[in-house]
Amino acid sequence: MELILLFISFVIVNNFVLSQFLGICPFLGVSQRIDAAFSMGLAVTFVMSITAAVSWAVNNLILKKFGLEILEYVVFILVIASLVQLVEMFVKKVSPPLYRALGIYLPLITTNCAILGLALLISLKEYNFLQGLVMGIGGGVGFTLALVLMAGIREELEAADVPEPMKGAGITLIVSGIMALSFSGFAGLIK
Amino acid sequence: MKKATPAYEFSKGIWKENPILVQLLGMCPTLAVTSTVINGVAMALATSFVLIMSSLIISSLRKIIPSSVRIASFIVVIATFVTLVDSFLKAYFYDISKALGPFIPLIIVNCLILGRQEAFASKNTVKMSLLDAFGMGIGFFLSLLVLSTVREILGFGTWFGIQVMPDLFNPWMVMIMAPGAFLTLGIMLGAYGIFKGKKSRGV
Repeated sequence: MELILLFISFVIVNNFVLSQFLGICPFLGVSQRIDAAFSMGLAVTFVMSITAAVSWAVNNLILKKFGLEILEYVVFILVIASLVQLVEMFVKKVSPPLYRALGIYLPLITTNCAILGLALLISLKEYNFLQGLVMGIGGGVGFTLALVLMAGIREELEAADVPEPMKGAGITLIVSGIMALSFSGFAGLIK
Repeated sequence: MKKATPAYEFSKGIWKENPILVQLLGMCPTLAVTSTVINGVAMALATSFVLIMSSLIISSLRKIIPSSVRIASFIVVIATFVTLVDSFLKAYFYDISKALGPFIPLIIVNCLILGRQEAFASKNTVKMSLLDAFGMGIGFFLSLLVLSTVREILGFGTWFGIQVMPDLFNPWMVMIMAPGAFLTLGIMLGAYGIFKGKKSRGV
């Protein structure tokens, strides 16, 4: 039960993009089309779940055991970079259609701050393995939700009459602000 | 392409290619930590330090780093300096370090820093790269200063912790939360667009 609440909390209440400001770059960059946004969300969710498990293991079984916490950041980013590489090779081998669908989004995930942020938050909040995993999946689903919603709005915006200076990033940020405002209505749903 | 002068490399980051307003790089820390001026300034200084030091190292090593592993090498250099900054803040400015939380380590994946290494420092001399890094750092600093000034004055009625609004002023809570950050930056981009549009029409 506690895990289900945790999951819901990371999908809507503590949404990674709209309330924790993680993963803004892909959120602004890859939200022009719904299908691309969905593929990106899928890839991120995939990598986030694996990162949650691996970074937890590395942190608790290796770094903490040998008192190497100072190396945390360097190790986490290396783990993520190699994981993304590994996932890319794996998907290419096992499912070429999925690989084509994810395309260039896979390598870009390395510099998505949602992934490193996830690894850091799990270590900061001292979650156990299962909680960490749930946070990873929930965070990924929440990211996908925000990205797909945004892409839907932006597809409509193309036909709208936006003032010249606000076109592009300006209006996207205003829309994100309104979305964040409506998502903040969920605050207090789960402690 | 016209030959770039040192003055141009320095000044382009401040206005013409401002990292936040034009290139839209490094948005996560920009939006997350600018609820007060002091946090915004601390974040800008930390990021600029990492950017300048990484540019120095990467541009000195640009002939040694093999291009196939360059991204990984950049990230290791950046992560090392971020660890340095993090330890420094924890030791001397514990309150700020606590307020910024995970956003100090997240400087590692700030696309501004990695972007400058990939686009500039790995191809140019040490002197040019340093100028470029300083310019970008100042541009980043100024944008964060403006954004956090607007948010702190409207959200708390204070600036740098000093009360500037009259007692009757009712703080806009929304400005210190997530929606306020998005809205303020969106309006800033619009204002930048108006200035830029006027200039290009004038020419």
